[in-house]
Amino acid sequence: MVTTHKPPTLVVLQLTGGNDTINTLVPYGDPLYYDNRSTVRVAEQDVLKIDDGFGFHPSMAAVKPFWDEGKMAIINGIGYPNPNYSHFRSMDIWYTAVPDTIAIDGWLGKAVRELDPRAENVLTAVNFGRGLPRALSLAGVPVASVGQLDSYGLLTSLSSVSQRQAALELFSCLYDDGWNDQGAPPSRQLLPEEIGPVLSYLGRTGLDAQKGAEILGTALSKYSSTVEYPKTQIAASLKGIAQVKMAQLGTRVFYTSHGSFDTHANQLLVHAQLWTEVSEAVAAFFADLREHDEADDVIMLLWSEFGRRVKDNGSGTDHGAGGVAFVLGDPVKGGMYGEYPSLNESDLAIGNLQYSNDFRSTYSTILEHWLRLEAKPIVNGSFEEFSFV
Amino acid sequence: MAVSAPEVKQLTDLELMAHLFRRAGFGARRQELEAALERGYEATVEGLLHPEAQPDLDHDLIWRYWPDMKEQRQIDPSQSYWVYRMINTNKPLEEKMALFWHGLFATGFAKLNHARVMLNQIATFRKHCLSDFRTILIELSKDPAMIFWLDNQENTNSVHNENYGRELLELFSLGIGSYTEDDVKNCARAFTGWTLKNPIPGALPFGRFDWEFEFRPDLHDYGEKEFLGERGNFQGTDIIDIIVRQPATAQFVARRLHNFFVSDTPDQEAIDQLAETYVQSQYDTRAVMRTLFMSDFFRSPKAYYAKVRSPAEHVVGVMRLVEDFTYPKWGIREISLECRYMGQDLLNPPSVEGWHTGKEWIDTGILVERVNFAAAEVGNIDKPGVRKIIERLRAMGELSPEQLVDNCLDLMGPLAVSDRTHHALATFAQQSGPLRLVAGDRAAEERVTEMLQLIVATREFQFG
Repeated sequence: MVTTHKPPTLVVLQLTGGNDTINTLVPYGDPLYYDNRSTVRVAEQDVLKIDDGFGFHPSMAAVKPFWDEGKMAIINGIGYPNPNYSHFRSMDIWYTAVPDTIAIDGWLGKAVRELDPRAENVLTAVNFGRGLPRALSLAGVPVASVGQLDSYGLLTSLSSVSQRQAALELFSCLYDDGWNDQGAPPSRQLLPEEIGPVLSYLGRTGLDAQKGAEILGTALSKYSSTVEYPKTQIAASLKGIAQVKMAQLGTRVFYTSHGSFDTHANQLLVHAQLWTEVSEAVAAFFADLREHDEADDVIMLLWSEFGRRVKDNGSGTDHGAGGVAFVLGDPVKGGMYGEYPSLNESDLAIGNLQYSNDFRSTYSTILEHWLRLEAKPIVNGSFEEFSFV
Repeated sequence: MAVSAPEVKQLTDLELMAHLFRRAGFGARRQELEAALERGYEATVEGLLHPEAQPDLDHDLIWRYWPDMKEQRQIDPSQSYWVYRMINTNKPLEEKMALFWHGLFATGFAKLNHARVMLNQIATFRKHCLSDFRTILIELSKDPAMIFWLDNQENTNSVHNENYGRELLELFSLGIGSYTEDDVKNCARAFTGWTLKNPIPGALPFGRFDWEFEFRPDLHDYGEKEFLGERGNFQGTDIIDIIVRQPATAQFVARRLHNFFVSDTPDQEAIDQLAETYVQSQYDTRAVMRTLFMSDFFRSPKAYYAKVRSPAEHVVGVMRLVEDFTYPKWGIREISLECRYMGQDLLNPPSVEGWHTGKEWIDTGILVERVNFAAAEVGNIDKPGVRKIIERLRAMGELSPEQLVDNCLDLMGPLAVSDRTHHALATFAQQSGPLRLVAGDRAAEERVTEMLQLIVATREFQFG
């Protein structure tokens, strides 16, 4: 239940590359785990145990408190029918919420259109990273895509502050069809018919982009915090998200990603490193929000496009299925959701875990019970909902 | 641009030549334009129409410097390879046509997970870039990437898979409304047994095979078929014979070429003219392209800067302008990734429909990428192409603010801007007064690169 006057906000953190399910939430109580993982395994004494059978990878220490405090939902066995082992295709399936045919509209793009139907706020959705993930892509839905908050903006190649200021003023002249300073014709708003629909559209887009950058720029100046974020890319992104969130710019959907979790080789080292980075960044992010009393309207979804092969390859693991997702945050009802897939050989499909629940159940839960949107048109169907929010 | 100048002026020879090279390629450098003007427009068009007469790039050099491009395992180096080709090709129209066919017959890495077969498909598009449309459709139907992309390896006489048969009619030729559901079924039946050797999709267990086309008589449906009112024991090639002579196909090819090479705004009269050449020449793409480039509608001010540049055109056009990556060196991946950031993930279009073009290339985030990418490139005073612009300006002596703007616009295209844009740029330039580019005066040179950065930030620069 949303108990706050502030609008609920969703942060999505994509674990790009295919996170290894069984080394994330380790089924240490199941001998089949150790049978299959002769090398790429987490020893029982290293597992951060949460019950008699399961525990986190030791690199997840920083997020374990969420579980302990009942603020972490673990979605076991998340996936979709006929798993696709291509990163790109599988991501697209998650992005568009359409597993059987090729679709192009992003599920969060559709959610943003519902949240802000007239596209009044250019910052309703903000992505941290280069290029827009298809999850947020939908024609007519403006999304700011920020590489790094402190250097975000137009014409950042101009080095001096005064030079850039002047250039930005010029930019608004160039994109505004109504300017009239220095006697430049015309002295009224030009109509799209006069200027052409595409130029007119570009004009609005340019002004929106500039407005977005300007407003985002204010987020930095308002921000101060005692929380120290680690010096990693994902921590910088999550810090940016915290800064924009706290500036109360009306952003409802944040997106960022971290990786690559595509650990075909040298997994023990790489996977541990990645989860350390993610866990510490996520912990700092929520600590920051709590310090500013801003944590009660935020939940975070962590997902990956697929799990990995049950049997290791001696150094890493290959593409698999049957994933694990997490939903974190103070409003979250912690616990295990979805059934942990069986490791019995007879239950595997070509060496991979079987999914036990469709990822669109998790999407639907978030849309219906958190963002308060009708899920069906966004996820293209009705799916059983969980009760984690 | 028709925007601020409703009175239609003729294009100058230089403007026309630059327009031709933007559309038939990825833009020409000023020295190339000057050489082409010596040859004349018609001879230049004829040269562009015969890429086979020009030498290919030195692949020994490319492979030696970038072994990952030779391996063709991953999508990123494969995209970089193509972008490098676009920047440096001696056959601009070949590369541009390959991009056209790629957008039309959109096949995606996402499903294939196999960069080599994607690049093989693009190589086929290059080889047949100006072939007759019948040959092109036959090659397409035999292309391993296309077969797997649209599941034709599952299309057999016992189980029909209509995916390829349907898209061949709907998206690759006639267009919806010109055929029935029965035509789709019979089209699919004719392509049964058009399948793959080595159809192993993933990387495992022995790495990626180079898929090959194979016709399997045992999987082919030899029964009688009725297709678009004709009846016979049709094979796939017979179906293509029928397809290419349909008036709807002529219109389809003409409309798509017009949209890609002439204007984002359709012009039925122009399309009819292209369709007529298509029929008269027995579906010969080279003949249609000759008609296109020599037509009044192509050479009209109405077509001038009448297209929003695609990300590939934008990125490659800027790289050609600044004359960087003229030989293999570190950093090409960052350049080709820009296309992805701007919404055109080469070799991986979003769906079989290809990319949505025109104004749909641009949204707020993408505009920021486009402007910042181009500004960083032209703002780099040491890039060879930027130096050449500075040297040309230096040779002009002292420049009034107005002259600075005009000459920068000229050397960057010539780029046509509205009176309003021109006024804004000139007002900006006036703040610093006249400019004299004394050798070694870096601050003076930076006034030029500042102006170049402002120009790439204009709306007009988003067009090509």
